[in-house]
Amino acid sequence: MALSAPTATEVVAVSLVRGRRSWLNAGITGALFFTLLSSLIILITLLADTIAKAMPVFQERGLSFVFTGLSSRVETAGIVQGVIGSLALTAFVIVVAFPLGTAAAIFLEEYARDSRWTRFINANIRNLAGVPSIVYGILGLFLFVKLINQGLFDIAAGISGRNLVAGGLTLSVLVLPIMIITTAEALRAVPSSIREASFGVGATKWETIRSHVLPVALPAMLTGAVLTVSRAFGETAPLLLAGAVLSQYFSVSADAGFFGLLTDQPYTALPLIIYNFARQPEAEFIQLTAASILVLLVMLLSVNAIAILARDRMEEKRKI
Amino acid sequence: MTASVAPLVDLSGDRRRRRRERVVKRFFAVAAGLSIFISVMIVVALVEEAWKFLTQIDLAQFGLNGWFPRRGRFQILALLTHSLIITAISMLVAVPFGIGSAIYLSEYARPRTRRFLKPTLEVLAGIPSVVLGFFALQFITPSIVRRVFESADSVNLLAAGIGVGILIIPLVASVSEDAMRAVPRALREASYGLGAKRWHTALRVVVPAAFSGIVAAVILGISRAIGETMVVALAAGLNGVLNLNPLDGGLTMTGAVANLAVGSDQVAGDVAAFQSLFFIGLVLFVLTLTLNVVSERVVRRYRQRY
Repeated sequence: MALSAPTATEVVAVSLVRGRRSWLNAGITGALFFTLLSSLIILITLLADTIAKAMPVFQERGLSFVFTGLSSRVETAGIVQGVIGSLALTAFVIVVAFPLGTAAAIFLEEYARDSRWTRFINANIRNLAGVPSIVYGILGLFLFVKLINQGLFDIAAGISGRNLVAGGLTLSVLVLPIMIITTAEALRAVPSSIREASFGVGATKWETIRSHVLPVALPAMLTGAVLTVSRAFGETAPLLLAGAVLSQYFSVSADAGFFGLLTDQPYTALPLIIYNFARQPEAEFIQLTAASILVLLVMLLSVNAIAILARDRMEEKRKI
Repeated sequence: MTASVAPLVDLSGDRRRRRRERVVKRFFAVAAGLSIFISVMIVVALVEEAWKFLTQIDLAQFGLNGWFPRRGRFQILALLTHSLIITAISMLVAVPFGIGSAIYLSEYARPRTRRFLKPTLEVLAGIPSVVLGFFALQFITPSIVRRVFESADSVNLLAAGIGVGILIIPLVASVSEDAMRAVPRALREASYGLGAKRWHTALRVVVPAAFSGIVAAVILGISRAIGETMVVALAAGLNGVLNLNPLDGGLTMTGAVANLAVGSDQVAGDVAAFQSLFFIGLVLFVLTLTLNVVSERVVRRYRQRY
């Protein structure tokens, strides 16, 4: 009996004892944890470094640089045109891309049958989402700046193509595929029993969507929309091409009016100002760049925070 | 005896209601079709202007040294090489950190750790690229790269590559984590049941099972790295001469486009130089589109079905 084959318990015991090499286990766990932790370290380093570089600006000028205009002199240079431009562009993206993206997603999720044509549209949207943002800038340059500049459309004759509308449309086209994808996911998450209940009492497709599907999907849709819009808020490259002004000489005539501001006046955005400041050689501009970056990050974070709060509020209401 | 006959109801509803349904549906269909229109416009814009560029210049100009559009030198190979060097460096950063984070989040993290560290990745993903460009130029270059390699230039491919890599970590992490979480529990339990350790289960069972998803994540990362603009425009410099040394600067494809746009406020002036921008755009578009399609194919073809 002494030399019989090892029993299962013995095998397990041996395997457990071999597990003494737990330094390997611990080492791998530690290494994997470190890779995840390093993202946090990078984030903290980035913030700490930016704050440290921005400190002198805040000490000397407080928040006044946020409300003063661009200038080639560091001491007086501000970013107000960028803040206004970014807010206007964001509003534009919300007005254009959110309804369009929602409509397209509703068609693809609720109406379209699984045909070759739908699959093609879906694949096309996924591919569009992967196109580099600067290529959208090139599209914007071609469509909105070049064509309008050439006076291709009679209505547009005499209007400069380098205006807020061109920038806003370029950004809208850029975020549209992502908007469609996130909205479609939100719609897919709505259980079909909700739709069937509505059909069961005789509602039509559109009535079902409007009164049952959309309200349930709304919180998820809004979260997706905010993430998408905040992406547009931080975009720089497409606007470089879509005609935003990069120089420090920037003047908007005071009597332009609302329509004039949209179509006839130069515009810029906060990320572009940051890019331009970052290219200046003077050390003071480095500080100003860091301070502007903090303004950008705070604006981004507050938009996100508001959206999350709104979503939570909405979900709470739903539960009652 | 007459059987009671149910009154005949017109189930199709009234005409106004039906018409509204049709109109609404058509509106949604047009919105969905818009994506096709955008794709077509991108291709038209790029191909038309790139073709004008190609017919305008002498093809030998591609062979001249360096990329200096205003002097008629269009060595696209230099831009491509710099882009590939940056991409390689960024993947050296993003692949280990991204996949490592994904493995930890999917296989090791307790719910509390996850709740705390997952948002970090999301916040990192939300940092605008121009901010990371500034970080690469003003922190990674002076405090890391030039401290380790004293000969490094004040703008260099290495720092830009690290910056792009940081930008891509969240993408690689989230796509590969999704792939790993899709691996069924039964596989892990079978592995534990055979006495395997956690790391053994994670690296020898889950990672191979999710391999197609991880490969797709890496390909998507490469595609993003090639198309990344602002980090490169700020931290990689404007040197259009072919340079293989990561410690020196070099103009990439995206950097060249940004530079053409910035060069003067009226880019539309100089004809060939202006149109070279569309040519680079076309190359970028074709490259990234191919990578995206390949990554989708990889997922579809090699996905294990359970």
